[in-house]
Amino acid sequence: MSITELNKAQTEKLLEVNDLKMHFPVKGGFFKRTIGAVKAVDGVSFDIKKGETLGLVGESGCGKSTTGRSILRLLDPTDGEVLFNGEDITKLTGKRLRDIRQDIQMVFQDPYASLNPMQMVGDIVSEPIKNYHKNRKGEELKAEVMDLLTRVGLPEDAYYKYAHEFSGGQRQRIGIARALALKPKLIIADEPVSALDVSVQSQVLNLLNELQDEFDLTYLFIAHDLSVVKHMSDRIGVMYLGNIMEVANKSSIYAEPLHPYTQALISAVPDASKIGQKRERIVLEGDVPSPENPPSGCPFHTRCPKAMDECSKTKPQLKEVKPGQHVACLLYE
Amino acid sequence: MKNSQSNVNHDPLLQVKGLETAFSIEGKDHNAVDGVSFNVEKGKIVGIVGESGCGKSVMSLSVMNLLPKGIGKIRNGEVLFEGRNLEGLDDKEMNKIRGKDISMIFQEPMTSLNPVFTIGYQLEEVLHNHFKLSKKEAREKVVQLLSAVGISRADRIVDEYPHQLSGGMRQRVMIAMAIACQPKLLIADEPTTALDVTVQAQILELLQDIQKKNDMAIIFITHDLGVVSETCDEVIVMYAGRIVERTDVQRLFHSPKHPYTELLMGAIPRLEEQKDMLATIDGIVPSLTKMPEVGCRFANRCPKAMKECTTVTPKLAKNEEGHEVACLLYESSRPEEEVLR
Repeated sequence: MSITELNKAQTEKLLEVNDLKMHFPVKGGFFKRTIGAVKAVDGVSFDIKKGETLGLVGESGCGKSTTGRSILRLLDPTDGEVLFNGEDITKLTGKRLRDIRQDIQMVFQDPYASLNPMQMVGDIVSEPIKNYHKNRKGEELKAEVMDLLTRVGLPEDAYYKYAHEFSGGQRQRIGIARALALKPKLIIADEPVSALDVSVQSQVLNLLNELQDEFDLTYLFIAHDLSVVKHMSDRIGVMYLGNIMEVANKSSIYAEPLHPYTQALISAVPDASKIGQKRERIVLEGDVPSPENPPSGCPFHTRCPKAMDECSKTKPQLKEVKPGQHVACLLYE
Repeated sequence: MKNSQSNVNHDPLLQVKGLETAFSIEGKDHNAVDGVSFNVEKGKIVGIVGESGCGKSVMSLSVMNLLPKGIGKIRNGEVLFEGRNLEGLDDKEMNKIRGKDISMIFQEPMTSLNPVFTIGYQLEEVLHNHFKLSKKEAREKVVQLLSAVGISRADRIVDEYPHQLSGGMRQRVMIAMAIACQPKLLIADEPTTALDVTVQAQILELLQDIQKKNDMAIIFITHDLGVVSETCDEVIVMYAGRIVERTDVQRLFHSPKHPYTELLMGAIPRLEEQKDMLATIDGIVPSLTKMPEVGCRFANRCPKAMKECTTVTPKLAKNEEGHEVACLLYESSRPEEEVLR
């Protein structure tokens, strides 16, 4: 690939994650030496194109949130690279890292814990702007923040209120307004609706979709609820025990899931539209193994209904099995 | 209650009649459950759905007589279990029923088990309360129960503590505890909400197996319509302390009648279809102190609300198909004096 071609390929991709690893040391013994590691994220690769929504889905403990946090460098990854507009975030320090964080913002799961109870909503939302643009202040800043608040569906007088005066859904809107304040390019939404009731959940999902068009946003959407992820995403990555098992666009992943784990996951979702039909559910045995001591070979082989002998020996790599559908499974080698 | 099964005129297993449960807030009583009536037949699974704050859990606590003392109380109505009124039973008598005839599993498998006792000890406690068993017999029974709920190393788990188990395993232990005395009615309050989908699938399968084996009735409280569609026979939709719709599961999902039910169904993204926009319901469930006195409690959020919705309280009534709904859009829901006028 020539350099110009390389540049072109990279400008299309807003974010590229290559072999990202995040291992947390386990300390023990008398001298608190490192005696092991929790491999929360163990070699994850994916990319997100401009304007696209990539959904990351998986059960609790599969490393999806850790992946999101490592991209923002809220956690320092152990290994691998995160290219944002072609620039490796993992190697950045100081001012450049601070600058790039303007472009990547996060919406958190818990709308109760992620807002400062001592601050007025206006201050919460204007803080990122004050932080990066010292020259913007006074009435001009206030008008801008009020504009943001109305844009996410809050009344203007929300500016003078405190977080506890709002319901869960409204608080999540405050969190979204704060994430939008710096006009970011990429928003990492980590389980943004899992704490909300269904009727409120749908409001927030609709809002996120509208904002994506309006502000030209790219989303990394992390959630455990497959129906929600499918509704929001263009492409979906399925994670298990720190690894991506399958990535494909959403229609193919639901129409024809290839990885046995994806198949089990989809069949486990109770679905009201299939009422009255008896369907075969693949019920997985047992629990997710500990990431401190993951199984050898394919991480899923201990629970896989289609496991073969070699699955415990060889770790499968993510490969394009069908156009646009990447699977890490020895069945498709 | 020795009716044979062929007897058509048998009493339902559980009858709730005009139940009103109030909480006292600043000296005033406010009804969290407001005039709820329904029956649960033997061996049936009844789902209760609604948003948080709809009174689902308060209702189940009222049935079990587990309301926080001094704060919540049953103001009106009665709860009949096999024809016997549970109201007014003292704690001692109620304890003979709780755990034996009616038992309950809760949402939080993490906090419902005592962290300082072994799994075995906590299960044996239930058995000792209701049966005369020797230590050895009790332990054997516990191991049996744990294997029945699909725990593989049952003989070792009995000596372990709750923190050593995963969420799914703890919920299995809770289920083992709930079915230890083969209850006739199990109240499951959001039993899978804290669990992952694959584990949820395991637990739902297990509950359905046990239900069939023991011919047990289940009241299944959840906010997840998907779960309801796969497990329940009958569904009750609650809003702000009242039942707004009640029918069998097929009919509810094919032709929901109440605007609240319709919106609730439109609001969930589904795997099978792609919607551009999800239905939303403006506002939130009114808080207890701000409940409207008259009229439909959903009126201020309802897109189909009419003028009279805030002045006339709709009653829950059956249409020809046996579909019960409380909404003024349907003639049957008009209170009698209105019809006369």
